Amino acid sequence: MSNRVIQAMYNDDDILMDAVKEVRAANHHIAEVYTPFPVHGLDKAMGLKGTRIAITAFLYGCVGFSFAVWMMNYMMIEQWPQDIGGKPSFSFFLNMPAFVPIMFELSVFFAAHLMVITFYMRSRLWPFKEAENPDPRTTDDMFVMEVYVDGNEDELVSFLENTGTVEIKVTEKHN
Amino acid sequence: MYTFSSKLKQFSFALMIIGFLGVAYGFFSTPNSVEDVKVMLANSHETHGESATQEKEAHATETTESQENVAHSDDAHAEHAYHYLKNKPWSALYVALFFFFMISLATLAFYAIQHAAQAGWSIVLFRVMEAITAYLPVGGVLLFVFFVLSSLHLNHLFIWMDPEVVAHDELIQNKTGYLNVPFFLARAAIYIGGWIWYRQHARKLTLAQDNATSGDISNYTKLFKRSAAFLVFFLVTESMMSWDWIMSLDPHWFSTLFGWYVFASMIVSAVTTIALVSIYLKGKGYLEFVNNSHLHDLAKFMFGFSIFWTYLWFSQFMLIWYANIPEEVTYFVSRFGDYKLPFLGMLVLNFLFPLLVLMNSDFKRVNWFIVCTGIIILIGHYIDIFVMIMPATVGDQWYFGISEISSVLLILGLFIYFVFSALTKAPLLAKGNPFIKESEHFHY
Repeated sequence: MSNRVIQAMYNDDDILMDAVKEVRAANHHIAEVYTPFPVHGLDKAMGLKGTRIAITAFLYGCVGFSFAVWMMNYMMIEQWPQDIGGKPSFSFFLNMPAFVPIMFELSVFFAAHLMVITFYMRSRLWPFKEAENPDPRTTDDMFVMEVYVDGNEDELVSFLENTGTVEIKVTEKHN
Repeated sequence: MYTFSSKLKQFSFALMIIGFLGVAYGFFSTPNSVEDVKVMLANSHETHGESATQEKEAHATETTESQENVAHSDDAHAEHAYHYLKNKPWSALYVALFFFFMISLATLAFYAIQHAAQAGWSIVLFRVMEAITAYLPVGGVLLFVFFVLSSLHLNHLFIWMDPEVVAHDELIQNKTGYLNVPFFLARAAIYIGGWIWYRQHARKLTLAQDNATSGDISNYTKLFKRSAAFLVFFLVTESMMSWDWIMSLDPHWFSTLFGWYVFASMIVSAVTTIALVSIYLKGKGYLEFVNNSHLHDLAKFMFGFSIFWTYLWFSQFMLIWYANIPEEVTYFVSRFGDYKLPFLGMLVLNFLFPLLVLMNSDFKRVNWFIVCTGIIILIGHYIDIFVMIMPATVGDQWYFGISEISSVLLILGLFIYFVFSALTKAPLLAKGNPFIKESEHFHY
């Protein structure tokens, strides 16, 4: 597949959704869609797979929970089981209610932060990263759909022109 | 329109009859005198070599020791056990009565919240909720009759109603300004009357809205305002209800978040019941406008309120455990001592199970997942009410027997009969509501 893409610009999210459906129905390959805000249902129309980030968050939460249990057990029960205000430090379960707030908070802390970091890594976001939008207007009020060119370029351009686009550009895809 | 299938009707009657016979048996099989209890206790010592009292651990070693215990269990102990055993069928009935009443009551609160919040998704479920609240007048009257019988000293559940006890108990004497029979019954009448009034009024208004000319939403706006007012009334009365009807069973004990804790138990059972009835009706083909997004929302509420219940349960437990002040901690000492399995087991049913099963978004759309978890949650919250009431009324003499099971069956039969009769009385879609289109197309 060549790296040539057609950038079709739209000025309305409803028109964009219809265009995405038409392009998919005609078996053209959509490289990317740039929108200034989340368009409800766009991922479904594009046929993107559901995210698995909730599953990672659950696993991270389990890690945080286990860490809290291990830490409290090691520090308060095994390492130096002091009598602090008469709390029963003979075993973990005898003193567990006092540890629950920490167990809860660490589960949430691990789940939230590691999930966010996972999100940054998977979506390649970091400070000083060069912005990738094809046209600055896509962050304001315009929508751009990039379609790979396969086969007849002119035919594809005229096909896209019929989907309600306001501007069309054929370029090289860089990334 | 829904037609009450004759099979379900027969089933509810069968439950009522079996339950009634079991409850009657429970009342007749209580010991008649302290002497009977002494014989019974002596028998159980000889046959099992183990006493039913708290000293279980102390003499787990040898039978010779339990022989001493027989001599030890004197008249006072038999007297104590006698009162507990006399209370048992009453308490079993009370737990069942309160459990089904609270489902109905919290459904009403949930219903009022949906109106006051102008929720768009839940309109298609309004008739289901209204039907579940149809048990409210019945349950309210039954509970009130129960309280009147208690105040006539037919049972010994509320020990502060006994002048003998109060005469020797300075702590209760200090509370008689609040805990006295006339005021107690008056309060109960006000709560129950207020709740029933809102229920009947709301039902009348939604039915009127159904028949209103298009564009006329005066009944709807009226209901919006009444629901908001009801919620204020409900929050105050629900809290006081929990002090009166449950906390006063342990008149020496008090807890500030108790009202909220009872409410959490109520609301999660109510949402679960709404989901179960909706799934049943949808399975029979009566609710074709209810889609799995509605069920998903109900399941999310089941999940969220289960966690909320656990949060309040733990907050109450942990604060008392941590400070360990003797006058408060006895409440949990008696529950940990004699009720360890139900007390800790309900945490598994009410927290761990819903947490793990209902966390997945896809599972919340699968009917049989919701039904299974729903049944577990309802059992768990029955046990919750059981553990709130029983330790104060039957103490260490509890067991899960004919009285408990048949009380549940009896009230369950009544509940099914009144809920499903109410469903036949109105169309299952509240079509006059201005949000009905949004609700029918609700999609998540």
